[in-house]
Amino acid sequence: MSDATPKIRIRGLKKAFGPKVVLDGVDLDVMGGTSFVVIGGSGTGKSVLLRCILGLITPDAGSIEIDGVDVTTLSAREREPYMARIGMLFQNGALFDSLSVWENVTFGLTAAARMGHGPRLTRTQAQARAAELLEQVGMDPAVGALSPAELSGGMQKRVGLARAIAARPEILFFDEPTTGLDPIMGAVIDGLIADCVRKLGSTAIAITHDMASAQRIGDQVGMLYEGRLIWQGLPSTLFDSGNPVVDQFTHGRREGPIKVDVRN
Amino acid sequence: MNGVLDFVAGLGRAVLDIVRMAGKVALFAARALSHVVRPPFYWRILWGTLVEIGFFSLPVVALTALFSGGVIALQSYTGFAQYHAQNAIAGIVILAVTRELGPVLAGLMVAGRVGAAMSAEIGTMRVTDQIDALSTLSTNPMKYLVTPRLVAGTLALPFLVLVADILGVLGGFTVCVMKLDFSPSAYIAATIASLKVMDVTVGLVKAAIFGFLIALMGCYHGYNSRGGAEGVGAATTAAVVAASILLLTFDYLLTDVFFSQ
Repeated sequence: MSDATPKIRIRGLKKAFGPKVVLDGVDLDVMGGTSFVVIGGSGTGKSVLLRCILGLITPDAGSIEIDGVDVTTLSAREREPYMARIGMLFQNGALFDSLSVWENVTFGLTAAARMGHGPRLTRTQAQARAAELLEQVGMDPAVGALSPAELSGGMQKRVGLARAIAARPEILFFDEPTTGLDPIMGAVIDGLIADCVRKLGSTAIAITHDMASAQRIGDQVGMLYEGRLIWQGLPSTLFDSGNPVVDQFTHGRREGPIKVDVRN
Repeated sequence: MNGVLDFVAGLGRAVLDIVRMAGKVALFAARALSHVVRPPFYWRILWGTLVEIGFFSLPVVALTALFSGGVIALQSYTGFAQYHAQNAIAGIVILAVTRELGPVLAGLMVAGRVGAAMSAEIGTMRVTDQIDALSTLSTNPMKYLVTPRLVAGTLALPFLVLVADILGVLGGFTVCVMKLDFSPSAYIAATIASLKVMDVTVGLVKAAIFGFLIALMGCYHGYNSRGGAEGVGAATTAAVVAASILLLTFDYLLTDVFFSQ
């Protein structure tokens, strides 16, 4: 495959919920081994975009290619091998309450083994692997014995990150990775994300409305507004993009082309 | 005239809503059941749910059955004593318990206890993205969350009903012997004479169907819950109400099928 072929290529992606149009023709290319950060206000469809790529939401129109294959045309079973190559860090961690931390971390590995996509792990091997992954995200392996409810928000995010990278995915998605964290913990999580992506050589898409996070994680940044990706550029140009919509958003100005409907 | 048309239109909408809902539930059940014979199997979840329904529901089902059997004996005595037909009480108790009270009361208790818990657990997983997380971790949420619960509900309720049958009869026996001065041996003889394998079997078949319906309603409403804590609360209420109504409806239909001749 040519280096010029994007790892992820999206064309004309549309999604509406009833009369509300959320995505209105999104075009996006993400090259292999790079990180793309999507910024945008609340309710502009950032999460919907990620969920469409993951197959959790079916788009109304458009194509989503992974390594040149349009995954929107595949059946659920045909999508499985593509989805197995993706790791996802959810906004609130989405750790399974009924399982311990180490079981959460190795859940994907165990599931892949059940499906015949990876080696079977004994309980001891799985615990050892979980301990390695927890160390990788800067946590004490002893945390593995705790339940997710016993962890702080930042720790839950780190466990979620360990779970996302456990299967060494080719593609990583991050949904608002720093939301709800203090600035220091946000920087720690961003640093871990950047490290993990670099070490794994993964292609990453993150969505956020935290500008500092976007600059720390992204090789490229794009802004989603009114259902379209209206601007793309380098993180260094984020605060001086030349686009009035982006500039109003990144500087947090009340006045500008973006009209905030405070009633909704 | 417009009032009549509005009424008919409203009725039509309600019927369409019910049909649409029935279709969605049927598709949901079919999707879940299609995983029963396809690996991988989640034995640990199946076993955990079996224990949760079959073992931890025992106290509430046992107490309900024990007192209901006693009440049937007491009420029957009040009526039958007027006609000197006290000898029929043992037969009435075992017939009522095995055919109706055992399956229905155990079902309603489990619907309130387990159906609500299933709906709340799955609903919370839905609104906290845990179900989406399963999908991203090579795990089919229907296979992992719903199928084991449907199987466990179907298997566990007959066991509970068997216990309820025994304790219901014991409740009747206790009241008749301790309070109404019946002869223990005569009561036991009359109970054995009235015991029919068909009654017990149909009660267990009903229990299996009720167990499936309770788990189905718990899973369906939880799986489709939306909107945070309020949505989970609404889903839990809907699961218990729908399971209770379905249980009583199917009880009538099954009674009609098995005992109408």
